Amino acid sequence: MALEITEVCVGCYACEPLCPNKAISAGNPVFTIDPDKCTECLGDYEKPQCAEICPIEAAIVDELGDALNPLGSLTGIPIHLIEEYNTTGTVARPGV
Amino acid sequence: MELPVISNTAPEESGGGCSSSGCGTAPDALSHLPDSIRSKVQDHPCYSEEAHHYFARMHVAVAPACNIQCNYCNRKYDCSNESRPGVVSEVMSPDQAVKKTLAVAAAIPQMTVLGIAGPGDPLANPERTFETFRQLSEQAPDIKLCVSTNGLSLPQSVDELAKHNIDHVTITINCVDPEIGAKIYPWIFWENKRIFGVEGAKILIEQQQKGLEMLSARGILVKVNSVMIPGVNDEHLKEVSKIVKAKGAFLHNVMPLIAEAEHGTYYGIMGQREPTPLELEALQDSCSGDMSMMRHCRQCRADAVGLLGEDRGAEFTLDKIDEMEIDYATAMVERAKVHDAITSELEMKRALKSAPKFNPDAEEKPATRAIRIAIASKGGGLVNEHFGHAHEFLVYEVGPTSHRFLTHRKCTPYCMGDESCGDGETVLGQIIKSLEGVEVLLASKIGFEPWADLEKAGIQPNGEHAMEPIEEAIRAVYDELAAAGKLDQPAEAKAAA
Repeated sequence: MALEITEVCVGCYACEPLCPNKAISAGNPVFTIDPDKCTECLGDYEKPQCAEICPIEAAIVDELGDALNPLGSLTGIPIHLIEEYNTTGTVARPGV
Repeated sequence: MELPVISNTAPEESGGGCSSSGCGTAPDALSHLPDSIRSKVQDHPCYSEEAHHYFARMHVAVAPACNIQCNYCNRKYDCSNESRPGVVSEVMSPDQAVKKTLAVAAAIPQMTVLGIAGPGDPLANPERTFETFRQLSEQAPDIKLCVSTNGLSLPQSVDELAKHNIDHVTITINCVDPEIGAKIYPWIFWENKRIFGVEGAKILIEQQQKGLEMLSARGILVKVNSVMIPGVNDEHLKEVSKIVKAKGAFLHNVMPLIAEAEHGTYYGIMGQREPTPLELEALQDSCSGDMSMMRHCRQCRADAVGLLGEDRGAEFTLDKIDEMEIDYATAMVERAKVHDAITSELEMKRALKSAPKFNPDAEEKPATRAIRIAIASKGGGLVNEHFGHAHEFLVYEVGPTSHRFLTHRKCTPYCMGDESCGDGETVLGQIIKSLEGVEVLLASKIGFEPWADLEKAGIQPNGEHAMEPIEEAIRAVYDELAAAGKLDQPAEAKAAA
């Protein structure tokens, strides 16, 4: 049982000091979780700390590949606009 | 409205607007401050419109982690409202940041200030931030240290901040009402949990206010930054301004929201509009009260180096500083000489100026109205930039007997050599739009085509005052227009002001 950091990680260092098991190490730009050390914070915290502070949606996934912070869950941006932004680098602004 | 802040007594209502001492004055908006504070900030390039032409500052990006989410920020890039968006700053270790600071301070003797402002929140990275400050206060005791924060971790950091002789802290405070806060901050990370919405905003606001009070109590100077978000917190910021000033903030810096769709922020993608320059100036005026508003903030990048407006960061990349030999002891002696020379030059200039206050009420029944005049300037207080090369225009409000600096309005230069001239038409349109409310534009030179378009837009171009001091030039232009009877009609802008 271990979490993983995906390639959308921006390397912001927020998760690293919070990990109670020192399972997270810095990469450039993507951080990694040592699967032998990760306990998903069971017994330490209610929720995995890396996923609780991570600002990037879909950067942290469980062993099934499901995002702990799915698209839209942190920013509140509608998913179709996130996808449009990810493909084209901008959006045709609905409000303007 | 019940405000969830501790002892949020607002200051006595002042005479309001320009009748109080708080309005921007020439040459600087700092003249009303107590001497003890003014002496601390008058040579600070970020606080003093005058000093920023002479003294340099730098930021080091050692603090990439953040503990809150703002709707104007995309964590993939730097925070777009505390540093210029679009390019990721080079994040460094504290050791690298110290080496870079020593290298820059040795190479640019005008350097006075080192700031840590992200990307991220410096106090959400306490080890990295404080390690950098600790080393610098030992190795470069002549450099002033500054830090910017969202305030969430501020109360627990105040003791440590005080240890490093940091006398300037900037707190970004966008609201004191959690309902408004929930529209700006979707979540915060607090006591090992992500907390969404109003509940999160309430904690953030409480921590910010507590931190502000603690810093004021210790005599550490606090500036408050606010991002003006039309329809969200624009009206509310007047209340924020009163409260933070009552609690001891010495300067309130209201900055415009930056929300381009391509920055990928919530506001950018959802089409939240940015304020116009006139809206920003009107809000800055109504927030001025008894304390000064900061009107010349350039919202610099988190790794900016050098004088404001000329970024020399590229000269000090990691691989370049690795090869540099730094003799800081010698550099410090040299720096002291350069600083003394600049300080005496500034003092002489200050003594020469009588610093007339902009105070229309006291003027003898002005027969003419005040107008906005824009200046293309490279710095040094002179009309010395070609219209086509200007990256920004300084805007002054000029009345019958006095004037004040209002703001700088950024733009893409109309013509930077051959390459970008193809886009000249659209760029010119944008520049003219950014000059809304301006009636006269002074530059050292203006081309034929932009001249005609400016005139068509109701802005009178003028190239007759090239290389003259700005304050003399705007006075001459105003007096000439007034004498010609062109300023007799009260304009709408004047009535609304």
